[in-house]
Amino acid sequence: MRGRSPWPYLLIAPTVAGGAFLLLYPLLKAAVISFQHFRMGELIRGGAAFAGLENYAELLAGEEFWQVLLRTLAWTAINVVLIVVLATGVALMLPRLRRGLRLALMSALALAWAMPIIAATTVFQWLFQSELGVVNWLLVTLGFDSFQGYTWFANGTATFAVLVVLVVWQSVPFAALTLYAGLTTIPVELFESARIDGGTGRQVFCRVTFPMLRQLFALVAALEVIWVAKCFPQIWVLSQGGPGDATTTLPVYAFKIARVLHRYDLGSAVAMLTVLLLAVALVANLRRMVRS
Amino acid sequence: MKRLALNATAVAVLIVTIFPVYWMFLTAFKPTRDIQSDTPTFWPAHPTLDHFVTAVNAPGFWTYWRNSLLVTAGAVLIALVVALMAAFAVARMRWRGRGAFVVAVFAAQMAPWEALLVPVFIIARDTDLLDSLAMLTGVYFMITLPFTIVTLRGFLAAIPPELEEAAQVDGCSRVVAFRRVVFPLLAPGLMATSLFGFITAWNEFAFVNVLIIKDQDKRTLPVWLSSFRDVFGTDWGATMAAASLFALPVLLLFLFLQRHVGTGMTAGAVKG
Repeated sequence: MRGRSPWPYLLIAPTVAGGAFLLLYPLLKAAVISFQHFRMGELIRGGAAFAGLENYAELLAGEEFWQVLLRTLAWTAINVVLIVVLATGVALMLPRLRRGLRLALMSALALAWAMPIIAATTVFQWLFQSELGVVNWLLVTLGFDSFQGYTWFANGTATFAVLVVLVVWQSVPFAALTLYAGLTTIPVELFESARIDGGTGRQVFCRVTFPMLRQLFALVAALEVIWVAKCFPQIWVLSQGGPGDATTTLPVYAFKIARVLHRYDLGSAVAMLTVLLLAVALVANLRRMVRS
Repeated sequence: MKRLALNATAVAVLIVTIFPVYWMFLTAFKPTRDIQSDTPTFWPAHPTLDHFVTAVNAPGFWTYWRNSLLVTAGAVLIALVVALMAAFAVARMRWRGRGAFVVAVFAAQMAPWEALLVPVFIIARDTDLLDSLAMLTGVYFMITLPFTIVTLRGFLAAIPPELEEAAQVDGCSRVVAFRRVVFPLLAPGLMATSLFGFITAWNEFAFVNVLIIKDQDKRTLPVWLSSFRDVFGTDWGATMAAASLFALPVLLLFLFLQRHVGTGMTAGAVKG
């Protein structure tokens, strides 16, 4: 098959065409817009003027961008740490359970994973509803009387917390099942010999399990970083980035600026900076994945 | 003792994991007076279908349902065919530019789709494809394509090429060898991959918000559900019934195909 056969090129032609028209071209266009003066008028009439680095300068000089950036970093760090820790716990727990319980737990994880994002978001609005929500009822029943009729979505920190719970709930199943699938590929003999040599549970995890699955952990963590940092529909539907700015992360910020303020140039600049940040954060990981 | 602690933790995790899904269906089946009572009931004491009737009779429900199904099925099917071709070229053939293509597909998997809302809107407007399900299908196809290629390539790489070669020695053409030998072995991979594509497209929220602006009849279920307050007000029973109807197809598919899902994930992710 080496040499001049046209077949491989014909086979990838639709992929290349689709990617060029629907991915590469819009991406270049977004990059160009971020260097232009592009608002409502230019959107309708066209003829946007080149503005150099003006949009970026405006962003980086303002205080708001840095606040949003810090918030996004905190949002990503909190969620990813919680997701990876909880998922590792669940993945390590699964093989130790009796068959019936294990299958039940795996089915539950699959269901939570499959739950459509907007459906889950709507359900969480209902769970955390102030008067009739079951969460407030549970907290009051447990003795936290201050949660009687507590309005979660009026307080910035509380809304942020609800969103973290929602995103962690949605993400743990995928991470846990992937890590569990990886765990099952480790030969049992390895664990047995480690045990015979007197290794404690923690030692076995640090010396055997983790090194064997290092790649998989890196992959899961990388995927979760992307997923959490770019997470948009949950936040938009639940709080629209509010109350105030309390849950405005970078993607929400970009959408708000473009959709509400019609500053398409500034929105594109935010989006470009997000891409750049994620790319820098993930480039080492991507390399490792391609190499293997 | 240790056994007990382990099982108790497992049951706690199980409850936390399943509860929101259970609560959605339970609320949908509860009569309004039970929903609004001060002490919630945790099992369907007086099940009713009233809320489902309200949801299904809400204006546009069937239109949005059909739109969602059309767009999702279209995007997934096109992506499968296109991805299968590309995955075959990558997994089975040697050609100049193959390495670069693989890297590009990997990179495209992390494409910043949120950054492309404005340019895609402009492209759609300039090509008269605003308010069109075709454009939406195209975008969803492109969102799912890179992942589909990577996963299918993983599955293909796991099937020894000797099988096809043997069939070709026995006189099959390359196409026939693929259809008779590889395709049946690939079936679980195709199922797992299409499931992920289905979920991505079924869930998509940002692009439909930007690309469907005037013609409300072209909206899809996620947008409709996200605006439930405009439709149902504070009728949580009807809202949960609508959410249930939106979630049900995916949940059923997932439970049904669960076995293939795990293997699909590892084939795509680990073998890359």
